[in-house]
Amino acid sequence: MDQIGSNKPEKKDRRDFLKFLLSLGLTGFGVATIYPVISFLKPPKQAEVEVNSVVAGKLDDIKTGESKIIRFGNKPVIIIHTEDDKFRALSATCTHLDCTVQYKKDEKIIWCACHNGKYDLYGKNISGPPPRPLDKFKVVIKNDELIVSKEA
Amino acid sequence: MKNQIKKFYDWVDSRVQLGDLVAFMSKKYVPVHSRSIWYYFGGVSLFFFIIQVVTGILLLFYYKGSSDLAYESIRFIMSKVQFGWLIRSMHSWSANLFILSVFIHMFSVYFEKSYRKPREMTWISGMFMFVLALAFGFSGYLLPWNELAYFATKVGTDIVGAVPVVGEPLKYFLRGGDDVTGATLSRFFGFHVALFPGIFTFLLMLHLLLVQRQGMSEPMHLKIIAKAEKKTMPFFPNFMLRDLLLWLIVLNVLAILAVFFPAELGLKADPLASAPAGIQPEWYFLFMFQTLKFLPAHVWFIEGEVLGILLFGLAGLLWLLVPVWDRKSSRGQQNRWINYIGIFSVLFIIILTIIGWVLK
Repeated sequence: MDQIGSNKPEKKDRRDFLKFLLSLGLTGFGVATIYPVISFLKPPKQAEVEVNSVVAGKLDDIKTGESKIIRFGNKPVIIIHTEDDKFRALSATCTHLDCTVQYKKDEKIIWCACHNGKYDLYGKNISGPPPRPLDKFKVVIKNDELIVSKEA
Repeated sequence: MKNQIKKFYDWVDSRVQLGDLVAFMSKKYVPVHSRSIWYYFGGVSLFFFIIQVVTGILLLFYYKGSSDLAYESIRFIMSKVQFGWLIRSMHSWSANLFILSVFIHMFSVYFEKSYRKPREMTWISGMFMFVLALAFGFSGYLLPWNELAYFATKVGTDIVGAVPVVGEPLKYFLRGGDDVTGATLSRFFGFHVALFPGIFTFLLMLHLLLVQRQGMSEPMHLKIIAKAEKKTMPFFPNFMLRDLLLWLIVLNVLAILAVFFPAELGLKADPLASAPAGIQPEWYFLFMFQTLKFLPAHVWFIEGEVLGILLFGLAGLLWLLVPVWDRKSSRGQQNRWINYIGIFSVLFIIILTIIGWVLK
């Protein structure tokens, strides 16, 4: 006699098949639930405006021995008016841990307050933890205006 | 009136049998010995958490979690809202004391080896709460959207980015983009007021349930004393009243600190400003921060930072799993190594924190 729940081979096969179907369905359900949540958490890529050059202001905005941080795209760039009357533009983002650097007039260096990283006025890392020099930018003076652009 | 209360009690009791609970509570005893004082730090931590929930909810009524409004809304709380300065200062002080109290609680449990069998789950749930407490601190620190918070978050998330393989995507996820922006603030706000409290409350319930179910752990050296000679105190009401008295004292200390040393706000975060001199993380991250500072840029072939993060990660994992690898204590034998490791950890944390504090 065939009993319900007996372990006859064909019954077992059927049960295994149903188990398989059920776990497949559950897995599918799980993925269908989690996938949108994870996708939601991933911030969408913002269309980044490709910036090649920026007008940083008038020539006499930055006096000799002073500096200014400007926005280049969405990154800060520091412009230094050196004592020998030259303009230098460098990325203001410390290569160590992403802090924003500053120009130290008295020591004539670029300094990061977060971890005491130091760069010379060419952006070369000279002391402290920064692993790389600061990225360089080009400064051109056109009609009394400072124009900062990416190095070719 | 008393009759009414009795009636209400009977009404509930006849439905859910409160008698069992009362019997359980009255039969629960707390061991009394020379180190009983450490039992109180769990309760004190719980009290600080309750204060955080209450003051946090109050702050939510005025706080605005966007980069345009966050700083201004806190200035409004501090200057216009009645007692706003008090509520925010309490929240800030209580956050710091909460972490301090949790540190003490954790180390006392560690040195007493109270994590040993059968309390492994209590230790592990506690360790998860400890990590969450630090995450609460880190996420809450950004919410005022001031200069210090902005750079602390930049550095903190950049360190996460240095972790091999998962670091970069995790950093992108935490920041809600490539940089620390308003998107980061929104995320941290969500973590701080919804995600973390939810997980924390669940873990806390589990932790307390285990403590109630298993009772307080006894120091190992008391094992040899006969049961009849052991001194104990009923949990209810004796121990609980002492707990409450301590909570009252703690509340007063908190109020004094909040009144005389109110929380500061500083300058609003400005992505175009340089990091200010003397910038530092919160004191409880200082020892890790200082260690990373001491590591050279490159050790052998890996970056110093990466090595530091991996070492801290490994140490944290071993600390979390101490009930698993310290078999000796579970067997009731003395394990001196646990003490040496603990003393080293405490000294390491204290010395590097002091160095970080002094060096600025």
